[in-house]
Amino acid sequence: MSTRVFMLMQLRTALYVFQEAFRSLRRNGWLNFAAAGTTAVSLFVLGIAVLLVVNTNYISKTVESNVEIMVYLDRGLEQDDMKAIRTQIETTPGVKEVRFISKEEALATLAKRFGKESKLNESLGGTNPLPDAFRIRMSEPRQVASAAASISRLPGVEKVRYGQGVVEKMFKLTAWIRLISMAVMGLLGVCSVFLIATTIRLTMFARRREISIMKWVGATDWFVRWPFLLEGIILGAAGALVAVAVLGFSYNALTAKLQEVLAFLPVVRDYRVLIQLFEGLFAAGIGLGLVGSFISVHRYLRV
Amino acid sequence: MIQFFNVSKFYPNGVKALVGATIHIEKGEFVFLVGPSGAGKSTLIKLIFREELPTKGQIYIGGRSIIRMKRREVPCLRRQIGMVFQDFRLLPDRTVFENVAFAMQVVGAGPQEIKRRVPEVLELVGLKERAQMYPRQLSGGEQQRVAIARALVNKPTLLIADEPTGNLDMDTSWEIINYFQEINRRGTTVLIATHAREIVDTLRQRVIALDRGRIVRDEHQGVYAHAT
Repeated sequence: MSTRVFMLMQLRTALYVFQEAFRSLRRNGWLNFAAAGTTAVSLFVLGIAVLLVVNTNYISKTVESNVEIMVYLDRGLEQDDMKAIRTQIETTPGVKEVRFISKEEALATLAKRFGKESKLNESLGGTNPLPDAFRIRMSEPRQVASAAASISRLPGVEKVRYGQGVVEKMFKLTAWIRLISMAVMGLLGVCSVFLIATTIRLTMFARRREISIMKWVGATDWFVRWPFLLEGIILGAAGALVAVAVLGFSYNALTAKLQEVLAFLPVVRDYRVLIQLFEGLFAAGIGLGLVGSFISVHRYLRV
Repeated sequence: MIQFFNVSKFYPNGVKALVGATIHIEKGEFVFLVGPSGAGKSTLIKLIFREELPTKGQIYIGGRSIIRMKRREVPCLRRQIGMVFQDFRLLPDRTVFENVAFAMQVVGAGPQEIKRRVPEVLELVGLKERAQMYPRQLSGGEQQRVAIARALVNKPTLLIADEPTGNLDMDTSWEIINYFQEINRRGTTVLIATHAREIVDTLRQRVIALDRGRIVRDEHQGVYAHAT
Protein backbone atom coordinates (compact mmCIF):
# COMPACT_ATOMS: atom_id res chain seq x y z
CA MET A 1 0.00 0.00 0.00
CA SER A 2 1.46 3.36 -1.00
CA THR A 3 1.91 6.09 1.57
CA ARG A 4 -0.66 8.32 -0.09
CA VAL A 5 -3.38 5.71 -0.02
CA PHE A 6 -2.54 4.94 3.58
CA MET A 7 -2.77 8.59 4.56
CA LEU A 8 -6.07 8.92 2.75
CA MET A 9 -7.41 6.03 4.77
CA GLN A 10 -6.17 7.63 7.98
CA LEU A 11 -7.95 10.84 7.03
CA ARG A 12 -11.15 8.95 6.29
CA THR A 13 -10.91 7.16 9.59
CA ALA A 14 -10.38 10.43 11.45
CA LEU A 15 -13.42 11.87 9.70
CA TYR A 16 -15.39 8.77 10.59
CA VAL A 17 -14.32 9.03 14.24
CA PHE A 18 -15.62 12.60 14.50
CA GLN A 19 -18.84 11.76 12.67
CA GLU A 20 -19.51 8.78 14.90
CA ALA A 21 -18.70 10.65 18.11
CA PHE A 22 -21.08 13.48 17.29
CA ARG A 23 -23.76 11.14 15.98
CA SER A 24 -23.70 9.23 19.21
CA LEU A 25 -23.70 12.44 21.27
CA ARG A 26 -26.88 13.40 19.41
CA ARG A 27 -28.57 10.04 19.60
CA ASN A 28 -27.88 9.09 23.21
CA GLY A 29 -29.09 12.44 24.47
CA TRP A 30 -30.24 11.88 28.02
CA LEU A 31 -27.55 9.36 28.88
CA ASN A 32 -24.87 11.77 27.73
CA PHE A 33 -26.57 14.50 29.66
CA ALA A 34 -26.40 12.28 32.75
CA ALA A 35 -22.71 11.53 32.16
CA ALA A 36 -21.78 15.19 31.64
CA GLY A 37 -23.95 16.17 34.59
CA THR A 38 -22.29 13.62 36.84
CA THR A 39 -18.88 14.87 35.76
CA ALA A 40 -19.94 18.45 36.43
CA VAL A 41 -21.30 17.70 39.90
CA SER A 42 -18.29 15.57 40.84
CA LEU A 43 -15.79 18.14 39.68
CA PHE A 44 -17.79 20.90 41.35
CA VAL A 45 -17.67 19.12 44.70
CA LEU A 46 -14.04 18.24 44.14
CA GLY A 47 -13.35 21.88 43.31
CA ILE A 48 -14.97 22.98 46.56
CA ALA A 49 -12.73 20.56 48.43
CA VAL A 50 -9.64 21.83 46.63
CA LEU A 51 -10.59 25.45 47.35
CA LEU A 52 -11.08 24.48 50.96
CA VAL A 53 -7.60 23.00 51.10
CA VAL A 54 -6.04 25.95 49.31
CA ASN A 55 -7.71 28.39 51.68
CA THR A 56 -6.96 26.54 54.90
CA ASN A 57 -3.37 26.32 53.75
CA TYR A 58 -3.37 30.00 53.01
CA ILE A 59 -4.96 30.90 56.34
CA SER A 60 -2.60 28.61 58.23
CA LYS A 61 0.36 30.12 56.48
CA THR A 62 -0.78 33.68 57.15
CA VAL A 63 -1.36 32.94 60.79
CA GLU A 64 1.93 31.10 61.09
CA SER A 65 3.93 33.84 59.45
CA ASN A 66 2.62 36.28 62.02
CA VAL A 67 4.54 34.42 64.66
CA GLU A 68 7.49 36.49 65.91
CA ILE A 69 10.19 36.25 68.52
CA MET A 70 10.97 39.06 70.93
CA VAL A 71 14.53 39.06 72.22
CA TYR A 72 15.09 41.25 75.31
CA LEU A 73 18.65 42.30 75.96
CA ASP A 74 20.62 42.83 79.13
CA ARG A 75 20.89 46.38 80.31
CA GLY A 76 24.01 48.40 79.66
CA LEU A 77 25.33 46.62 76.59
CA GLU A 78 27.76 48.39 74.30
CA GLN A 79 26.90 49.09 70.68
CA ASP A 80 29.43 46.47 69.59
CA ASP A 81 27.85 43.82 71.79
CA MET A 82 24.46 44.55 70.29
CA LYS A 83 25.87 44.36 66.78
CA ALA A 84 27.44 41.01 67.58
CA ILE A 85 24.14 39.68 68.94
CA ARG A 86 22.32 40.93 65.86
CA THR A 87 24.73 39.12 63.55
CA GLN A 88 24.34 35.98 65.62
CA ILE A 89 20.56 36.17 65.37
CA GLU A 90 20.62 36.88 61.66
CA THR A 91 22.63 33.74 61.01
CA THR A 92 20.26 31.54 63.01
CA PRO A 93 18.43 29.17 60.59
CA GLY A 94 14.81 30.13 59.82
CA VAL A 95 15.23 33.83 60.63
CA LYS A 96 13.95 36.17 57.94
CA GLU A 97 14.08 39.63 59.36
CA VAL A 98 15.49 41.28 62.48
CA ARG A 99 14.42 44.70 63.72
CA PHE A 100 16.01 46.58 66.61
CA ILE A 101 13.58 48.19 69.06
CA SER A 102 15.30 50.61 71.42
CA LYS A 103 13.97 51.01 74.93
CA GLU A 104 12.86 54.57 74.02
CA GLU A 105 10.85 53.30 71.11
CA ALA A 106 9.34 50.57 73.29
CA LEU A 107 8.31 53.10 75.91
CA ALA A 108 6.73 55.35 73.30
CA THR A 109 4.71 52.44 71.94
CA LEU A 110 3.65 51.50 75.43
CA ALA A 111 2.63 55.05 76.23
CA LYS A 112 0.59 55.22 73.05
CA ARG A 113 -1.17 52.01 74.01
CA PHE A 114 -2.04 53.32 77.48
CA GLY A 115 -3.42 56.50 76.04
CA LYS A 116 -2.58 60.17 76.47
CA GLU A 117 -4.29 60.54 79.81
CA SER A 118 -2.43 57.71 81.50
CA LYS A 119 0.57 59.83 82.54
CA LEU A 120 2.83 56.82 82.18
CA ASN A 121 5.99 58.87 82.18
CA GLU A 122 5.05 60.67 85.37
CA SER A 123 4.21 57.50 87.22
CA LEU A 124 7.53 55.97 86.20
CA GLY A 125 9.30 58.99 87.54
CA GLY A 126 11.08 59.83 84.32
CA THR A 127 13.02 56.54 84.20
CA ASN A 128 12.68 53.86 81.54
CA PRO A 129 12.46 50.34 82.96
CA LEU A 130 12.18 48.69 79.56
CA PRO A 131 15.08 46.84 77.95
CA ASP A 132 16.38 47.14 74.40
CA ALA A 133 15.04 44.38 72.19
CA PHE A 134 15.09 42.68 68.80
CA ARG A 135 11.91 41.66 67.02
CA ILE A 136 12.43 38.65 64.74
CA ARG A 137 10.23 37.42 61.90
CA MET A 138 10.72 33.88 60.77
CA SER A 139 10.88 32.56 57.21
CA GLU A 140 10.27 29.11 58.63
CA PRO A 141 7.66 29.56 61.37
CA ARG A 142 8.01 25.93 62.36
CA GLN A 143 11.58 26.52 63.50
CA VAL A 144 10.49 29.16 65.96
CA ALA A 145 11.03 27.01 69.05
CA SER A 146 14.53 25.85 68.14
CA ALA A 147 15.56 29.33 66.98
CA ALA A 148 14.29 30.85 70.24
CA ALA A 149 16.18 28.26 72.27
CA SER A 150 19.50 28.90 70.52
CA ILE A 151 19.08 32.68 70.71
CA SER A 152 18.32 32.57 74.43
CA ARG A 153 21.73 30.97 74.99
CA LEU A 154 23.55 33.97 73.47
CA PRO A 155 25.46 36.14 75.96
CA GLY A 156 23.79 39.48 76.56
CA VAL A 157 20.31 38.09 75.94
CA GLU A 158 18.08 38.35 78.94
CA LYS A 159 14.87 36.78 77.82
CA VAL A 160 13.22 35.34 74.71
CA ARG A 161 9.48 35.43 74.15
CA TYR A 162 7.45 33.94 71.29
CA GLY A 163 4.16 32.94 72.86
CA GLN A 164 5.48 29.63 74.13
CA GLY A 165 2.77 26.96 74.30
CA VAL A 166 0.24 28.90 72.21
CA VAL A 167 2.34 28.69 69.06
CA GLU A 168 2.83 24.95 69.42
CA LYS A 169 -0.90 24.44 69.85
CA MET A 170 -1.64 26.59 66.83
CA PHE A 171 0.77 24.59 64.69
CA LYS A 172 -0.90 21.38 65.79
CA LEU A 173 -4.30 22.79 64.91
CA THR A 174 -3.28 23.97 61.45
CA ALA A 175 -1.63 20.61 60.79
CA TRP A 176 -4.88 18.85 61.66
CA ILE A 177 -6.94 21.18 59.53
CA ARG A 178 -4.62 20.51 56.61
CA LEU A 179 -4.77 16.76 57.13
CA ILE A 180 -8.55 16.65 57.40
CA SER A 181 -9.17 18.85 54.38
CA MET A 182 -6.71 16.76 52.35
CA ALA A 183 -8.51 13.58 53.42
CA VAL A 184 -11.88 15.06 52.45
CA MET A 185 -10.49 16.05 49.08
CA GLY A 186 -9.03 12.61 48.47
CA LEU A 187 -12.27 10.91 49.42
CA LEU A 188 -14.31 13.14 47.15
CA GLY A 189 -11.85 12.50 44.34
CA VAL A 190 -12.28 8.74 44.63
CA CYS A 191 -16.07 9.15 44.82
CA SER A 192 -16.21 11.19 41.65
CA VAL A 193 -14.10 8.67 39.74
CA PHE A 194 -16.50 5.88 40.71
CA LEU A 195 -19.54 7.97 39.89
CA ILE A 196 -18.23 8.84 36.46
CA ALA A 197 -17.05 5.30 35.72
CA THR A 198 -20.51 3.98 36.58
CA THR A 199 -22.26 6.47 34.36
CA ILE A 200 -19.97 5.76 31.43
CA ARG A 201 -20.41 2.03 31.93
CA LEU A 202 -24.15 2.61 31.68
CA THR A 203 -23.63 4.44 28.40
CA MET A 204 -21.48 1.61 27.12
CA PHE A 205 -23.94 -1.02 28.22
CA ALA A 206 -26.56 0.66 26.08
CA ARG A 207 -24.17 0.38 23.16
CA ARG A 208 -22.54 -3.01 23.66
CA ARG A 209 -24.58 -4.30 20.72
CA GLU A 210 -23.08 -1.70 18.44
CA ILE A 211 -19.60 -2.53 19.68
CA SER A 212 -20.02 -6.26 19.13
CA ILE A 213 -21.43 -5.73 15.63
CA MET A 214 -18.43 -3.59 14.80
CA LYS A 215 -16.14 -6.35 15.98
CA TRP A 216 -18.04 -8.95 13.95
CA VAL A 217 -17.67 -7.05 10.71
CA GLY A 218 -13.93 -6.85 11.34
CA ALA A 219 -13.26 -3.53 13.02
CA THR A 220 -9.93 -3.16 14.78
CA ASP A 221 -9.95 -2.38 18.49
CA TRP A 222 -8.76 1.18 17.95
CA PHE A 223 -11.37 1.77 15.29
CA VAL A 224 -14.05 0.86 17.81
CA ARG A 225 -12.38 2.76 20.61
CA TRP A 226 -11.68 6.14 19.06
CA PRO A 227 -15.24 7.47 18.73
CA PHE A 228 -15.98 6.43 22.30
CA LEU A 229 -12.82 8.08 23.58
CA LEU A 230 -13.59 11.28 21.71
CA GLU A 231 -17.10 11.19 23.10
CA GLY A 232 -15.70 10.70 26.60
CA ILE A 233 -13.34 13.65 26.14
CA ILE A 234 -16.16 15.89 24.91
CA LEU A 235 -18.49 14.88 27.74
CA GLY A 236 -15.75 15.27 30.35
CA ALA A 237 -14.78 18.68 28.99
CA ALA A 238 -18.42 19.83 28.89
CA GLY A 239 -18.98 18.70 32.46
CA ALA A 240 -15.77 20.36 33.60
CA LEU A 241 -16.68 23.60 31.86
CA VAL A 242 -20.00 23.77 33.70
CA ALA A 243 -18.33 22.91 37.01
CA VAL A 244 -15.58 25.51 36.56
CA ALA A 245 -18.04 28.22 35.54
CA VAL A 246 -20.37 27.62 38.49
CA LEU A 247 -17.47 27.24 40.90
CA GLY A 248 -15.73 30.37 39.63
CA PHE A 249 -18.79 32.59 39.92
CA SER A 250 -19.93 31.31 43.27
CA TYR A 251 -16.44 31.44 44.77
CA ASN A 252 -15.93 34.96 43.57
CA ALA A 253 -19.28 36.09 45.00
CA LEU A 254 -18.75 34.24 48.27
CA THR A 255 -15.24 35.53 48.95
CA ALA A 256 -16.24 39.09 48.06
CA LYS A 257 -19.02 38.90 50.62
CA LEU A 258 -16.74 37.21 53.14
CA GLN A 259 -14.16 39.96 52.88
CA GLU A 260 -16.84 42.52 53.60
CA VAL A 261 -18.11 40.73 56.68
CA LEU A 262 -14.96 39.07 58.02
CA ALA A 263 -12.23 41.40 56.84
CA PHE A 264 -9.58 39.83 59.08
CA LEU A 265 -10.04 36.38 57.54
CA PRO A 266 -7.49 35.88 54.77
CA VAL A 267 -8.99 34.18 51.67
CA VAL A 268 -7.28 33.35 48.41
CA ARG A 269 -8.35 35.82 45.77
CA ASP A 270 -5.23 35.65 43.67
CA TYR A 271 -6.71 34.95 40.25
CA ARG A 272 -3.49 33.27 39.04
CA VAL A 273 -3.86 30.59 41.70
CA LEU A 274 -7.55 30.20 40.87
CA ILE A 275 -6.97 29.97 37.12
CA GLN A 276 -4.38 27.30 37.72
CA LEU A 277 -6.90 25.42 39.84
CA PHE A 278 -9.61 25.70 37.19
CA GLU A 279 -7.23 24.55 34.50
CA GLY A 280 -6.49 21.56 36.70
CA LEU A 281 -10.19 20.79 37.09
CA PHE A 282 -10.73 21.08 33.34
CA ALA A 283 -7.86 18.70 32.66
CA ALA A 284 -9.25 16.36 35.30
CA GLY A 285 -12.64 16.38 33.52
CA ILE A 286 -11.05 15.45 30.20
CA GLY A 287 -8.89 12.84 31.87
CA LEU A 288 -11.85 11.31 33.66
CA GLY A 289 -13.87 11.13 30.45
CA LEU A 290 -10.97 9.57 28.58
CA VAL A 291 -10.01 7.02 31.21
CA GLY A 292 -13.65 6.24 31.99
CA SER A 293 -14.53 5.44 28.38
CA PHE A 294 -11.27 3.57 27.82
CA ILE A 295 -11.96 1.27 30.76
CA SER A 296 -15.62 0.84 29.91
CA VAL A 297 -15.15 0.12 26.20
CA HIS A 298 -12.40 -2.35 27.05
CA ARG A 299 -14.94 -4.70 28.63
CA TYR A 300 -16.96 -4.98 25.46
CA LEU A 301 -14.05 -5.30 23.07
CA ARG A 302 -13.46 -8.92 24.11
CA VAL A 303 -15.53 -10.38 21.31
CA MET B 1 -11.17 -23.14 3.07
CA ILE B 2 -11.96 -24.42 6.58
CA GLN B 3 -9.88 -27.14 8.20
CA PHE B 4 -10.41 -28.47 11.72
CA PHE B 5 -7.88 -30.99 13.03
CA ASN B 6 -9.03 -32.86 16.11
CA VAL B 7 -10.51 -29.73 17.66
CA SER B 8 -11.96 -29.80 21.19
CA LYS B 9 -13.50 -27.00 23.20
CA PHE B 10 -14.15 -27.39 26.92
CA TYR B 11 -15.64 -24.49 28.82
CA PRO B 12 -14.50 -23.66 32.35
CA ASN B 13 -17.89 -24.77 33.71
CA GLY B 14 -17.14 -28.32 32.55
CA VAL B 15 -19.24 -28.35 29.40
CA LYS B 16 -17.59 -30.27 26.56
CA ALA B 17 -18.94 -28.21 23.68
CA LEU B 18 -16.85 -29.87 20.99
CA VAL B 19 -14.87 -33.12 21.17
CA GLY B 20 -12.21 -34.13 18.64
CA ALA B 21 -13.81 -32.54 15.59
CA THR B 22 -12.06 -32.96 12.24
CA ILE B 23 -13.68 -31.15 9.31
CA HIS B 24 -12.56 -30.13 5.84
CA ILE B 25 -14.67 -27.72 3.86
CA GLU B 26 -13.46 -26.80 0.37
CA LYS B 27 -13.75 -23.43 -1.29
CA GLY B 28 -17.16 -22.97 -2.92
CA GLU B 29 -18.96 -25.62 -0.91
CA PHE B 30 -22.47 -25.29 0.50
CA VAL B 31 -22.71 -26.95 3.91
CA PHE B 32 -25.48 -27.44 6.47
CA LEU B 33 -24.56 -27.85 10.10
CA VAL B 34 -27.33 -29.69 11.96
CA GLY B 35 -27.97 -31.12 15.39
CA PRO B 36 -30.07 -30.54 18.50
CA SER B 37 -29.67 -27.40 20.62
CA GLY B 38 -26.45 -27.52 22.61
CA ALA B 39 -24.81 -29.97 20.22
CA GLY B 40 -21.93 -27.58 19.56
CA LYS B 41 -22.99 -25.76 16.39
CA SER B 42 -22.61 -22.30 17.85
CA THR B 43 -19.27 -23.21 19.41
CA LEU B 44 -18.01 -24.42 16.05
CA ILE B 45 -18.98 -21.12 14.44
CA LYS B 46 -17.40 -19.12 17.24
CA LEU B 47 -14.18 -21.07 16.71
CA ILE B 48 -14.11 -20.32 12.98
CA PHE B 49 -14.75 -16.69 13.77
CA ARG B 50 -12.12 -16.75 16.48
CA GLU B 51 -14.50 -15.47 19.06
CA GLU B 52 -13.27 -18.44 21.09
CA LEU B 53 -10.01 -20.37 21.03
CA PRO B 54 -10.12 -24.19 21.11
CA THR B 55 -8.87 -26.12 24.12
CA LYS B 56 -7.11 -28.59 21.81
CA GLY B 57 -6.51 -29.03 18.10
CA GLN B 58 -5.63 -26.87 15.13
CA ILE B 59 -7.84 -24.68 12.90
CA TYR B 60 -6.91 -23.31 9.46
CA ILE B 61 -9.00 -20.74 7.64
CA GLY B 62 -7.89 -20.01 4.08
CA GLY B 63 -4.65 -21.86 4.74
CA ARG B 64 -3.73 -19.86 7.85
CA SER B 65 -3.68 -21.16 11.39
CA ILE B 66 -5.99 -18.98 13.43
CA ILE B 67 -4.66 -20.44 16.68
CA ARG B 68 -1.26 -18.90 16.19
CA MET B 69 -2.83 -15.69 14.92
CA LYS B 70 -2.13 -12.51 16.90
CA ARG B 71 -5.00 -10.57 18.40
CA ARG B 72 -4.49 -7.64 16.09
CA GLU B 73 -4.73 -9.91 13.04
CA VAL B 74 -8.21 -11.07 13.96
CA PRO B 75 -10.02 -8.16 12.26
CA CYS B 76 -8.31 -9.17 9.03
CA LEU B 77 -9.69 -12.72 9.36
CA ARG B 78 -13.19 -11.46 10.07
CA ARG B 79 -13.20 -9.24 7.00
CA GLN B 80 -12.98 -12.40 4.90
CA ILE B 81 -16.00 -13.84 6.67
CA GLY B 82 -19.59 -12.60 6.43
CA MET B 83 -21.79 -13.39 9.43
CA VAL B 84 -25.58 -13.70 9.58
CA PHE B 85 -27.40 -14.30 12.85
CA GLN B 86 -30.80 -15.59 13.89
CA ASP B 87 -31.69 -12.24 15.50
CA PHE B 88 -30.37 -10.16 12.53
CA ARG B 89 -28.27 -7.86 14.78
CA LEU B 90 -28.96 -4.65 12.91
CA LEU B 91 -28.38 -1.26 14.49
CA PRO B 92 -31.88 0.06 15.21
CA ASP B 93 -30.90 3.74 15.01
CA ARG B 94 -29.52 3.51 11.48
CA THR B 95 -31.21 3.17 8.14
CA VAL B 96 -30.85 0.10 5.93
CA PHE B 97 -28.26 1.96 3.87
CA GLU B 98 -26.30 3.04 6.94
CA ASN B 99 -26.37 -0.45 8.42
CA VAL B 100 -24.75 -1.87 5.30
CA ALA B 101 -22.42 1.10 4.83
CA PHE B 102 -21.28 0.68 8.44
CA ALA B 103 -19.51 -2.57 7.55
CA MET B 104 -17.63 -0.75 4.78
CA GLN B 105 -16.65 2.21 6.97
CA VAL B 106 -15.21 -0.23 9.46
CA VAL B 107 -12.73 -1.51 6.87
CA GLY B 108 -11.81 2.02 5.83
CA ALA B 109 -13.71 2.30 2.55
CA GLY B 110 -14.20 5.72 1.00
CA PRO B 111 -17.50 7.53 0.48
CA GLN B 112 -17.56 7.05 -3.31
CA GLU B 113 -16.88 3.36 -2.92
CA ILE B 114 -19.67 3.09 -0.34
CA LYS B 115 -22.12 5.00 -2.55
CA ARG B 116 -21.40 2.64 -5.40
CA ARG B 117 -21.24 -0.68 -3.57
CA VAL B 118 -24.12 -0.45 -1.05
CA PRO B 119 -26.94 -0.04 -3.63
CA GLU B 120 -25.35 -2.91 -5.54
CA VAL B 121 -25.72 -5.40 -2.66
CA LEU B 122 -29.11 -4.01 -1.65
CA GLU B 123 -30.27 -4.72 -5.18
CA LEU B 124 -28.92 -8.24 -4.88
CA VAL B 125 -31.18 -8.91 -1.87
CA GLY B 126 -34.06 -6.96 -3.44
CA LEU B 127 -34.14 -4.07 -0.96
CA LYS B 128 -32.97 -1.16 -3.10
CA GLU B 129 -36.18 0.82 -2.47
CA ARG B 130 -36.00 0.22 1.28
CA ALA B 131 -32.58 1.89 1.65
CA GLN B 132 -33.80 4.88 3.67
CA MET B 133 -36.02 2.86 6.05
CA TYR B 134 -35.17 1.84 9.59
CA PRO B 135 -35.02 -1.83 10.66
CA ARG B 136 -38.21 -1.59 12.75
CA GLN B 137 -40.15 -0.58 9.62
CA LEU B 138 -39.20 -3.85 7.92
CA SER B 139 -40.52 -7.42 8.21
CA GLY B 140 -38.34 -10.14 9.71
CA GLY B 141 -37.43 -11.51 6.29
CA GLU B 142 -36.46 -8.07 5.05
CA GLN B 143 -34.34 -7.44 8.13
CA GLN B 144 -32.51 -10.71 7.53
CA ARG B 145 -31.90 -9.67 3.94
CA VAL B 146 -30.33 -6.43 5.21
CA ALA B 147 -28.11 -8.55 7.44
CA ILE B 148 -27.13 -10.67 4.42
CA ALA B 149 -26.36 -7.52 2.43
CA ARG B 150 -24.16 -6.31 5.27
CA ALA B 151 -22.39 -9.69 5.38
CA LEU B 152 -21.76 -9.57 1.62
CA VAL B 153 -20.80 -5.96 1.15
CA ASN B 154 -17.09 -6.52 1.75
CA LYS B 155 -17.04 -9.51 -0.66
CA PRO B 156 -16.17 -12.21 1.86
CA THR B 157 -14.86 -15.59 0.69
CA LEU B 158 -16.88 -17.33 3.39
CA LEU B 159 -20.44 -16.73 4.55
CA ILE B 160 -21.54 -18.19 7.88
CA ALA B 161 -25.14 -18.14 9.08
CA ASP B 162 -26.21 -19.20 12.57
CA GLU B 163 -29.87 -20.28 12.43
CA PRO B 164 -30.68 -17.61 9.85
CA THR B 165 -34.26 -18.77 9.47
CA GLY B 166 -34.95 -19.45 13.15
CA ASN B 167 -37.21 -16.41 13.53
CA LEU B 168 -38.91 -16.64 10.14
CA ASP B 169 -41.90 -18.47 8.69
CA MET B 170 -41.49 -21.20 6.08
CA ASP B 171 -42.03 -19.12 2.94
CA THR B 172 -39.65 -16.41 4.12
CA SER B 173 -37.12 -19.05 5.14
CA TRP B 174 -37.08 -20.45 1.64
CA GLU B 175 -36.62 -17.00 0.25
CA ILE B 176 -33.61 -16.43 2.51
CA ILE B 177 -32.13 -19.83 1.65
CA ASN B 178 -32.48 -19.00 -2.04
CA TYR B 179 -30.32 -15.94 -1.51
CA PHE B 180 -27.70 -18.10 0.14
CA GLN B 181 -27.78 -20.47 -2.83
CA GLU B 182 -27.40 -17.57 -5.22
CA ILE B 183 -24.44 -16.26 -3.23
CA ASN B 184 -22.91 -19.75 -3.26
CA ARG B 185 -23.31 -19.99 -7.03
CA ARG B 186 -21.22 -16.81 -7.32
CA GLY B 187 -18.35 -18.65 -5.64
CA THR B 188 -18.67 -17.87 -1.93
CA THR B 189 -18.34 -20.75 0.50
CA VAL B 190 -21.54 -20.99 2.61
CA LEU B 191 -21.93 -22.63 6.01
CA ILE B 192 -25.39 -22.65 7.59
CA ALA B 193 -26.22 -23.94 11.06
CA THR B 194 -29.91 -24.74 11.06
CA HIS B 195 -32.90 -26.58 12.54
CA ALA B 196 -34.93 -26.31 9.35
CA ARG B 197 -35.36 -30.00 8.56
CA GLU B 198 -37.52 -29.48 5.49
CA ILE B 199 -35.00 -27.18 3.84
CA VAL B 200 -32.06 -29.49 4.50
CA ASP B 201 -33.96 -32.55 3.28
CA THR B 202 -35.10 -30.80 0.10
CA LEU B 203 -31.76 -29.29 -0.96
CA ARG B 204 -29.66 -32.46 -0.46
CA GLN B 205 -26.42 -30.56 0.13
CA ARG B 206 -23.50 -31.58 2.30
CA VAL B 207 -24.67 -32.11 5.90
CA ILE B 208 -22.45 -32.19 9.00
CA ALA B 209 -24.39 -33.46 12.02
CA LEU B 210 -23.29 -32.75 15.57
CA ASP B 211 -24.50 -34.39 18.74
CA ARG B 212 -23.23 -33.63 22.23
CA GLY B 213 -20.08 -32.06 20.82
CA ARG B 214 -19.18 -34.90 18.45
CA ILE B 215 -19.47 -35.09 14.69
CA VAL B 216 -21.84 -38.01 14.16
CA ARG B 217 -22.33 -37.67 10.42
CA ASP B 218 -20.73 -35.91 7.45
CA GLU B 219 -22.28 -36.74 4.08
CA HIS B 220 -22.63 -35.16 0.71
CA GLN B 221 -26.23 -34.88 -0.48
CA GLY B 222 -27.25 -35.56 3.10
CA VAL B 223 -30.50 -35.17 5.00
CA TYR B 224 -31.40 -33.63 8.36
CA ALA B 225 -31.65 -36.96 10.19
CA HIS B 226 -31.79 -40.63 9.34
CA ALA B 227 -34.97 -42.43 10.29
CA THR B 228 -34.11 -44.77 13.13
